[in-house]
Amino acid sequence: MERGWPLEQYEAVTEAVAHLYVKALKDLPPDVRAALEAARSRESSGVGRTILQTIERNIAIADEQSLLICQDTGTPVYFVEVGEESGCNPIRLERAIREGTERATREHPLRSSVVSPISRQNRQTNTGYRVPVIHWEFVAGSPNVEILVIPKGSGSENMSYFRMLLPADGVAGVKRFVVESVVGSGGNPCPPVIVGVGLGGSADLCMLLAKKAIARPCGSINPDPEVAGLEQELLEAINQSGLGPMGLGGATTALAVHVEHAATHISQNPVAVNIQCWAARRGRLTIGPEGEMAIGY
Amino acid sequence: MAEYRLTTPLDEAQVMALRAGDVVWVDGHIFGLRDATLIRMFDQGVPVPTDLTGAICLHTAPGVRQVGDRFVKVSIGTTTSTRMNRFTGPLLQLGVRAIAGKGGLLEDATRLLQQYRGVYLGLVGGTAAAETTQIEEIEAVWWTDLMPECLWKFRVKDFGPLIVGIDAYGNNLYLQTKAEALRRVQALGY
Repeated sequence: MERGWPLEQYEAVTEAVAHLYVKALKDLPPDVRAALEAARSRESSGVGRTILQTIERNIAIADEQSLLICQDTGTPVYFVEVGEESGCNPIRLERAIREGTERATREHPLRSSVVSPISRQNRQTNTGYRVPVIHWEFVAGSPNVEILVIPKGSGSENMSYFRMLLPADGVAGVKRFVVESVVGSGGNPCPPVIVGVGLGGSADLCMLLAKKAIARPCGSINPDPEVAGLEQELLEAINQSGLGPMGLGGATTALAVHVEHAATHISQNPVAVNIQCWAARRGRLTIGPEGEMAIGY
Repeated sequence: MAEYRLTTPLDEAQVMALRAGDVVWVDGHIFGLRDATLIRMFDQGVPVPTDLTGAICLHTAPGVRQVGDRFVKVSIGTTTSTRMNRFTGPLLQLGVRAIAGKGGLLEDATRLLQQYRGVYLGLVGGTAAAETTQIEEIEAVWWTDLMPECLWKFRVKDFGPLIVGIDAYGNNLYLQTKAEALRRVQALGY
């Protein structure tokens, strides 16, 4: 399609992004709810059960009273896919996403969690220099634009890990690093968590893969059977630790382990861990070729 | 796993009755603070503008709506306590009896809680919706230039459940659980 989006379309996206951000903070995706319910039903530790019941009650209160699940409005992280045939101008779309984030913060209002790393000054907008974080992908042949928002809580983001392992450390070294990182984080990232693992690539790509991994629906399985096997093994090992809900002991430390991989250099074996708290908030806006919008997870 | 209902301010006897793993519900007042608040109090030495004797201090930074010169709750939850670990001693010296948050505190803070006869109360992280309904009102706020990291005074009813994560006898459920978990995965070959 040669015709570009009309200007009104960007204003409509700004409004939709503002709505999407607030909705993501209030309405936990069904896959996360199901994983938490399964965790509660198999929990035998008394403290663990108390915690998982409190989480369930919290989700119900958020639903009934339209409250935020967690007070941490997060770092706004977006994954955007622009279809080749969509007619969307990415510069204008970037502006719409930034303004939508600011509008949600001002109008709801939301706590602004974003500050300068030097002055620590808070603009009270949930945005700043190079924030929101936006990761772009361009999709050949597609007429759609898709915006996935992850309001990323800091309790779990502070528990991020990266290491350049050696080729001779092999996959065994990768497994040890992931398990030790997650269990060593204790209760800080608000377990039961979703563990995102990035494998291979360059240092920057590896960390991005770990973030992409936590953005997947909870419990989704990597299509590559070797990677899927790694996900399953890591999940079992982490849960056998008994660290449990909030790090206070119990059967479920992780709801899922997601691994994303990329080719790497002959002399490298990079591994990254990004953790998502149980409040794994996610919202998806899909914009079709006629400007029609759909909101999901 | 005994269950207790506490009314603030707390005294020594109330704190000494609690053991790691017990569950607590609170009525009365809770003070909210976090990184920037504690830096102002103890690194910059700005006098604390209210009496914290017998207080429960919660690691938090709420979301609020300003109505005139008052602040109304939007979302109040808790944050990770280990970031503020080094401020445990100075808070206890002010007479604080309980520190509440999530994730627990470290070894040195455990010894200080034992020495000053204080406890650490663990909230379920991420459950701000429930906590917001248990906070009746924001009664006072100091240092609004630090928004949202001000010093807050909340009036609460049926606030909890809080799990006694560290008791006044040196038991730290977070560190014990983590050490055991690391032993287990090492035994599995990881």
